[in-house]
Amino acid sequence: MIAEALVAQNIAFGIVAAIMIFGAIRVVSSSNIVHAALWLVMVLAGAAAQYLLVYAEFVAVTQVLVYVGAVMVLFLFGVMLTRARIGKEGDLNNKNWAIGIPVSVVLFAAMSIALIRGFGDEHLPGPKDATRIDTRLVSDSIFGPYLLPFWALSFVLLVAVIGAIVLARKD
Amino acid sequence: MLINQFLLLGAVLFCIGVYGVIARKNAVLVLLSIELILNAVNLNLLAFALRNHNPDGHVFALYVLAIAAAEVGVGLGLVLLIYRNKKSISLDELSEMKG
Repeated sequence: MIAEALVAQNIAFGIVAAIMIFGAIRVVSSSNIVHAALWLVMVLAGAAAQYLLVYAEFVAVTQVLVYVGAVMVLFLFGVMLTRARIGKEGDLNNKNWAIGIPVSVVLFAAMSIALIRGFGDEHLPGPKDATRIDTRLVSDSIFGPYLLPFWALSFVLLVAVIGAIVLARKD
Repeated sequence: MLINQFLLLGAVLFCIGVYGVIARKNAVLVLLSIELILNAVNLNLLAFALRNHNPDGHVFALYVLAIAAAEVGVGLGLVLLIYRNKKSISLDELSEMKG
């Protein structure tokens, strides 16, 4: 039973990871801004599914509400208001965009070497180790030791809202 | 599940996001790439929270979500302002601060 659950988790991880990587590549290579934004929705929804696989239900639900709901609508409004043409556009990339490929490949090589050397084939605790972090623990943590950062964060959000209004206001 | 599955997926997304930030000219697309990077970080935080049985990773992931929302709001406000002043959001036309 537990072994079956582990196999199912691995299959789910593989499918979702493939979708996420393909979507991410389309986000940075698509020649249509709206398509790039819609592929990003795919990546963010896949990320929410991965959060469920590491037993982070609350963060997964928040991801869907905040990112897939609010942030993407904001992005589509940004695309609309900056009057980017809906449809193909030729010049979305820099002149020397090709520099990005070696930079990201070298970065990935460095990170993967460090990760494989550091963690090897260390396993995550599976479903039978019932010491999962539930939402109650997370909220105890937010409203306990992390209360001050939480307040600071609420001020950051307030300042961001006011700042965005001041920046985007017409006059 | 190996912990490296999640960490390597995070690394792939991070590198694709870095490529997007370098290669893209349109400011909205650069902001989209930054979202990819922030999600890669969140994936790592949550994988380590499960590994260490510690809710701190979840707390920080939620903070990253909130900061990302604030960043998108201010970022798109700036993009809108740039568009209104220059009728373009191409990042290589913003060269006023070049010495």
